[in-house]
Amino acid sequence: MLAYYLRLGLRSLRRNPMLTSLMVLAIGFGVAASMTTYAVFRAVSGNPIPDKSAQLYKPLIDNWGHANGRTSDDPPNAMDYTDAAALMKDGKGVMQTVSYPLGLSVIPADPKAKPFRVYGYATYADFFPMFGVPFKYGGAWPADDDARHAPVAVIGEKINQRLFGGANSVGRSIDIEGNRYRIAGVTRAWNPQPRFYDVNNTGGFAADPPEVWIPFTRAVDLQIPTWGNNNCNGRVAPGWDGWLHSECIWLSYWVELPDAAAAARYKNYLHAYAAQQQQAGRFDWAPNVRLYNVTQWLADQHVVPQESQVSLLVAMGFLVVCLVNTIGLLLAKFMRRAPEIGVRRALGASRGEVYRQFLAEAAMVGVAGGVLGLLLTAGGVLGIGMVFDPDIARLARVDVSLIALTLLVAVVATVLAAFYPTWRAARVQPAWQLKSN
Amino acid sequence: MELGPILSTLRRHKITAFLLVAEIALTCAIVCNAVFLISQRLERMDMPSGVAENQLVMVQVANIAPTEDAKARTAEDLAALRRIPGVKDAALVSQVPFTNSSSNTSIKLSLNQKLPTLNATQYMGENMIQTFGSQLVAGRDFRPDEYMDYDAVLKDLDLVRKQTSSVIITKALAERLWPGESALGKKLYFADVGVRVVGVVKDLVRPSLFLGDDAAQWSMMFPLRMNGNNANRFVLRVDPTQRHQVLEAAAKKLRELDPHRIILGKKTFDEIRSDFFRNDRAMAGTLVGVIIALLTVTALGIVGLASFWVAQRRRTIGVRRALGATQSNILRYFQTENFLLATIGIALGMALAWGINLFLMQHYELPRLPWIYLPVGAVALWLIGQLAVLGPALRASRVPPVVATRSV
Repeated sequence: MLAYYLRLGLRSLRRNPMLTSLMVLAIGFGVAASMTTYAVFRAVSGNPIPDKSAQLYKPLIDNWGHANGRTSDDPPNAMDYTDAAALMKDGKGVMQTVSYPLGLSVIPADPKAKPFRVYGYATYADFFPMFGVPFKYGGAWPADDDARHAPVAVIGEKINQRLFGGANSVGRSIDIEGNRYRIAGVTRAWNPQPRFYDVNNTGGFAADPPEVWIPFTRAVDLQIPTWGNNNCNGRVAPGWDGWLHSECIWLSYWVELPDAAAAARYKNYLHAYAAQQQQAGRFDWAPNVRLYNVTQWLADQHVVPQESQVSLLVAMGFLVVCLVNTIGLLLAKFMRRAPEIGVRRALGASRGEVYRQFLAEAAMVGVAGGVLGLLLTAGGVLGIGMVFDPDIARLARVDVSLIALTLLVAVVATVLAAFYPTWRAARVQPAWQLKSN
Repeated sequence: MELGPILSTLRRHKITAFLLVAEIALTCAIVCNAVFLISQRLERMDMPSGVAENQLVMVQVANIAPTEDAKARTAEDLAALRRIPGVKDAALVSQVPFTNSSSNTSIKLSLNQKLPTLNATQYMGENMIQTFGSQLVAGRDFRPDEYMDYDAVLKDLDLVRKQTSSVIITKALAERLWPGESALGKKLYFADVGVRVVGVVKDLVRPSLFLGDDAAQWSMMFPLRMNGNNANRFVLRVDPTQRHQVLEAAAKKLRELDPHRIILGKKTFDEIRSDFFRNDRAMAGTLVGVIIALLTVTALGIVGLASFWVAQRRRTIGVRRALGATQSNILRYFQTENFLLATIGIALGMALAWGINLFLMQHYELPRLPWIYLPVGAVALWLIGQLAVLGPALRASRVPPVVATRSV
């Protein structure tokens, strides 16, 4: 019977191509606008590390108070060296790391090759297992190397290709700005988005994966400055040591805690630490600390760009207008066929059958709109790069789930829109229609 | 005109009329807010930088490792850059407007003030005002003897303390620190160092707007000489017609002077601005697209429903024509009907626009929608409505009177 309804529907749609194409266009445009903006929204609001997002925590300690005309009660979003070193020394988590971004020049062994720039992080060995960095060769440097301030490095696949032709380079050495480092491991391409572990320097999005990591302790010894933000407050004594012991914030601290109970204990520890600093006279205010897990941290930092959220809202509004439009057009189309409905009802079709017939017709409009919407969405996603930040645009993709969702939204929305017109169609009085004919 | 018949017809087609009104109301509300959002973004993209934008280019370099003779090498670099044809001025500066990387400090108005007054950004470099093309509105530029080496100052802040260094600030910062007074000769402090204002420039925007747009112009310039160890942005003021050639030549020259140097980026200031406001442009572009699509869909919807109505009322129209109504009477009838529905829709739409704006204000820190945007939406929808209904209404007016006498 369904096949018959579909045939009837197709014939009816063909009889009035203008009205049909209006509906298909409206649905196609509405769905495409929503899906394109949704593709961006989905890309920027995803969970970068779903397996561990509830075990990784970001501690923050307010070392600024209300200075600087700050009215916010939130602690600064990065950490100073003094607090990071103290927390690291206590090591209260299962694993913990402090990191800061580096921009470094690599000098190839081949004297003919030009030096080139790489970006990465100064960090601790725990960084790699904590964040699940995948390795191609070797692995993280041993924790000892942090304590020994050892000249070791982990490098990315890309520079391993460039310097060693992609061979296993573990144990060989790399020259970074005139200092040699022994390679402990080579990572596979690893670039979770949003870049949760370095929101304060990237805003959450960075298209190019980090390509080099060296021990934090070594980087501080070599006085390698941060390639990221550094915000100072209050007096900064001259020189590198002056800066290290200032209240300047430039570090990103992360700790792994197994469960909520451990997180609660850690928060108490942070509180006690800040209270101790207050007693020592360093903080002029009551302890003000935070402990965020990954998703809370991303929400707190407003990583999803406002542009993406507002675009999604506007596009949803547009879809609603398109649906209202479709209701009106379907109503016009169905009511025009009142005589036909009358005849079918008089020949024995039940209301239910009229229902099914018209919903089938509407579903066909939905499928056609969905297909058009799919084409427009594909075009839209390609075009995102022209308007959105390339770091973000690169993340928006057409994949199976987006295709399925586009078609589903189109069909479900059209069928929903068709309920009222169909109900009206099914209420047609056969006798009245036959008489007036 | 004959509103009575129109109203009684609409009363019999409540649902269809309601759908049309709802569509117009939603469209009106969305268009009002979208146009407002677009204008906000366009205004933001117009933010003054305070530098001679069409004459500036920037080359950012990275040196392999700190060098002993950085000061001499930088002097050589700058001299070589100035010799490139088309270059008017060159400077090595610590930061550049709209490039997102900035150094900022909190400042106080007196030494014993407990909490700082505000946070301002610090521009450093020799010959910066000349090269940037900043407009001095009061006071003077730095004298050559006022410049100190940044390296030396970092090692020993007493150098600044001893002779009370000079600073040039923006007009916006001056007005914020000393409202209604001349800033010239006034002292301000950061850390425990005091500096004296010797000049005021019209504008100089911060490299990054992390403190919000209101603090965008809180900038200070210091007479500090940078070198390759502590700064990496060369700014050139060039003949606007030769920007791209000069940029290429400058990058080539810098690489020649030190083959180990890496060129991190080279951009004209127009490109810098365009990159900085990319998100605003994305937003404005998306919204323009949505508005066009929305108005098109609404117009097509009106065409569809009006056609349906005309077809449904062919006999009535025929009867009216037979009873003496002219073609223009029929035309006017449908136009008035549309105008009436559009007006109801627009009235509801304005209320809705207000509501949406309140929602956006709560969630996205947007300002209140100025009333001027409401008529914009209204006029757009009246026009769209009339245009859309014209076709079906003309078709209706051409229905011959003889239809009345035919049975279907």
